[in-house]
Amino acid sequence: MSAPSSGRLWRVAVLSPPLLWTFVFMFIPYSILFVYSFWEQVYPTFQPAFQFGNYLQIITDPQYFNVLSRTLKIALFVSLGAMLVAFPYAYFLVFKVKSSALRQVLYMAVVAPLWVSYLLRAYTWKTILGTTGILNSFLMSIGVLSEPSSVFLYNQTAMIVTLIYVFIPFMVMPIYAVLEKIPKSLTEASNDLGVGRLRTFFLVTLPLSIPGIVAGFTMTFCLTFGDFIAPFLVGGPDGLMVANVIASQFGAALNWPLGAALALVMMLIVLTIVTISDRFEQLGKGKFA
Amino acid sequence: MTTQFAKSSRTGRSNWLGGIERLSWMLGILAILGFLYLPIAVLVAYSFNDSRSLTWPMSGLTLDWYQKLSQNDQLIQAFYNSVYVAVSATSLTLIIGIPAAIALDRFDFPGKGLFRKLILLPIALPGIITGISMLILFRSLGFNLSLQAVIVGHATALLSVVVTLVYARLQRLPASLAEASADLGASGLQTFFLITLPNIRTAVIGAGMLAFTLSFDEIPVTFFLTGRDNTLPMYIWSTLRRGLTPEINAIGTLIVAMSIVLIFASVLLLRDKTKSKNV
Repeated sequence: MSAPSSGRLWRVAVLSPPLLWTFVFMFIPYSILFVYSFWEQVYPTFQPAFQFGNYLQIITDPQYFNVLSRTLKIALFVSLGAMLVAFPYAYFLVFKVKSSALRQVLYMAVVAPLWVSYLLRAYTWKTILGTTGILNSFLMSIGVLSEPSSVFLYNQTAMIVTLIYVFIPFMVMPIYAVLEKIPKSLTEASNDLGVGRLRTFFLVTLPLSIPGIVAGFTMTFCLTFGDFIAPFLVGGPDGLMVANVIASQFGAALNWPLGAALALVMMLIVLTIVTISDRFEQLGKGKFA
Repeated sequence: MTTQFAKSSRTGRSNWLGGIERLSWMLGILAILGFLYLPIAVLVAYSFNDSRSLTWPMSGLTLDWYQKLSQNDQLIQAFYNSVYVAVSATSLTLIIGIPAAIALDRFDFPGKGLFRKLILLPIALPGIITGISMLILFRSLGFNLSLQAVIVGHATALLSVVVTLVYARLQRLPASLAEASADLGASGLQTFFLITLPNIRTAVIGAGMLAFTLSFDEIPVTFFLTGRDNTLPMYIWSTLRRGLTPEINAIGTLIVAMSIVLIFASVLLLRDKTKSKNV
């Protein structure tokens, strides 16, 4: 591949737009964000500095620490909940559905909502769970409740249900992909050798599907961790998540340095999880190779 | 064959148990499908409800909310803004993303590892990070926030989607095709338009459709970068602050209808791909 001058020109023409774009709109902004996180707020604005006050505040001020741990907790519950729904669904599609046409339809049924506006899918839960909502009036019409209850909306449970609903396709897709790849002969061999179906599941199917579970878990966790729409729509006063706090630092609170530091902490957590999950997948690959 | 034989020789009791098992699977799957589709059904049904309240049972049917939509100038403007943003951002992200995927697939250059990491970062990173880092950039440069800033933000965030999809297709395309074309004297530009692009066509169209959908629905980046102009999701978002209205359900129903068209289009494109494989 000795490159004639026109070939070199072509390379430059192909390479420079994306390189320039990523440098100007990704590398520089992320760097400025990093720099800002060391600045300090001098009310009503902020000024350049090099100090760790913002990070210190995140660790020591219970307000920020609580939001971080709450966000972690909710992301964990959403990922676990989505997995508990997604795994049986994917398992049913791969191992129980005989017709491939039906399997495709059922697969599309769970993936298709991704094309429908995320905001609207989250919003519908507000209409369902609200005091004047459908769940309340339904329960009243069948006589379970005598007056509308406000327990369904504006709390962490409502948020978890909404986020599971919104992110479930991201859990089904990778789990389905790994289950589909498990050779049927493997489970049949296990059955033929007299191993019960339950034990076959725990000794063969489940271990082989771990890479898919990890991939789905990572995706759902990261998406939930950065979400700031569900807390706004269905979360209550105790439902603020990190993204909401970051948004308010860049809005009303006008403390960009603290917001930048929070964003970097968020980035660090997300990237750590992605790295761990990558290692995990690599480990799995090594085993089968 | 053996499993079939084993099954037929089972006792009546295990048949009965099998029936219970099948039934509980069916109920479970139906419950999951209900969980997935009931909310969307509620959204659509209540857009035709003739009462302002969202209570069960519905009182009657009306098309009033749709008529109200057609008279809502702010909403129509927001819709046009969203189309403008999504079309521009999709074009931009394809123009930058396709060369980026080709560079990652075919070229070796210093800093390639960092380039790959950076460009794919927004897949895992929450949209809010792209939003605030670009907000800081634009403010530092003294640029005004506007729909154009939103377009640049969307194009950057969606680059990862386009690069992932196009790169995956390029990986399956034998490099010998482009090499043969170059050996026969075609220039890089000719090879790209005559050989590479036709072969990755469906991936490009698929990536474009996905980018359009994601941009049309985007909030976290838009939230920080838009000036006075609203996109459709931002308009819906600001309306939701004021409370629920059946009008939102009507917009939602129209968006669901649009999504169904897009889903069918993507399924048809997939079919087109398998056909060309057989030829």
